[in-house]
Amino acid sequence: MDPHAVASVVDFHVSAKLIGAGMAASGMIGAGIGLGVLFGNYLQAAIRNPAGAASQQTMLFLGMALTETMGLFSFVVSLILIYGVK
Amino acid sequence: MANQPAIDPMEQFAIYKIVSLPPLHVGGLTIDMSITNSVLSMIAGAILIVLFFALAARREIVPNRGQAAAEALYNVIDRVLVGPILGPEGRGYVPYLLTLFILILVLNLMSVVLLFGNIAGVSLAFAVTSQIAVTATLAVLTFFSIFILGFVKHGPRFLTLFAPSGMPKLMLIFMVPIEMLSYFIRPVTLALRLFGNMLGGHVVLSLFGSFVVALAILGLSGGLSALAFVPSVLSFGMIVVLTGLELVVAILQAFVFAALATVYLNEVVNFGHGH
Repeated sequence: MDPHAVASVVDFHVSAKLIGAGMAASGMIGAGIGLGVLFGNYLQAAIRNPAGAASQQTMLFLGMALTETMGLFSFVVSLILIYGVK
Repeated sequence: MANQPAIDPMEQFAIYKIVSLPPLHVGGLTIDMSITNSVLSMIAGAILIVLFFALAARREIVPNRGQAAAEALYNVIDRVLVGPILGPEGRGYVPYLLTLFILILVLNLMSVVLLFGNIAGVSLAFAVTSQIAVTATLAVLTFFSIFILGFVKHGPRFLTLFAPSGMPKLMLIFMVPIEMLSYFIRPVTLALRLFGNMLGGHVVLSLFGSFVVALAILGLSGGLSALAFVPSVLSFGMIVVLTGLELVVAILQAFVFAALATVYLNEVVNFGHGH
């Protein structure tokens, strides 16, 4: 087996890994949409009823944390693909 | 350009030993207790917290600035989280939640505020909370102490947590595994949230920092490439903006960690009272 063939196989492996990592990161699209919906709706409700807005701020941040987790899962998957997969 | 070393944004998370100690052998395990940069940052954070409360905690009726700051921090847990979520029965859990909150807050803020600080070649700005070992320890500790507390307080009746009431018997076959899955994924999400937020923020900051340097070097090569100074300066502006964003994220993630711990604790403290 000539060395050029081996090199191209290794490069194919690395590039497939990196393409996979990039595709995995697209899972963050959903988290972005979710956060937009969350904050948009909070703002809408807060403008309609400013008196009740402050009391729901804790819930807003909790919802933000739970929504964000879904995006972070895809972030971690791409990190595992880049650094974890040999 | 070609012979420049690539700037690796993950390099800042590398752990190295500062003081090497001989490893301990406990049974078949080898425990390395060396002082690494991660340990040094944690010690610095702990000293900072203890010093702050030693100096600021007083029992005056009219508080000075330090006491007001310390009481404001306490009220974040006591008045904002424990009061509305847990109610009066939850007052006993304030110390644990406050410790959790302040530890994560100080470690997060240290890693952002001291980002460009470098004392005698030792960077105290090491982002401890971007190590999954640290966040997973905090998350597992929090989750399983709450889980065990549930059994201590309520006995085997606590297992009805996994069976929603008013559900047809047949549906329980599907619901119980789903409920258990969503319950036991909690420490994973708790650890990953803090880890991912801090890691992501620091990687982005480091990337923009590398843009500043790389584009400025390109700009220095003369001729038309002097145009590269424009994106270099813009990247520097982005660093300023992102550092502000990172400050918000650092505070918010500490709050969110404590808030989720409070919500999980609520299922144990107010078990069977409806949610």
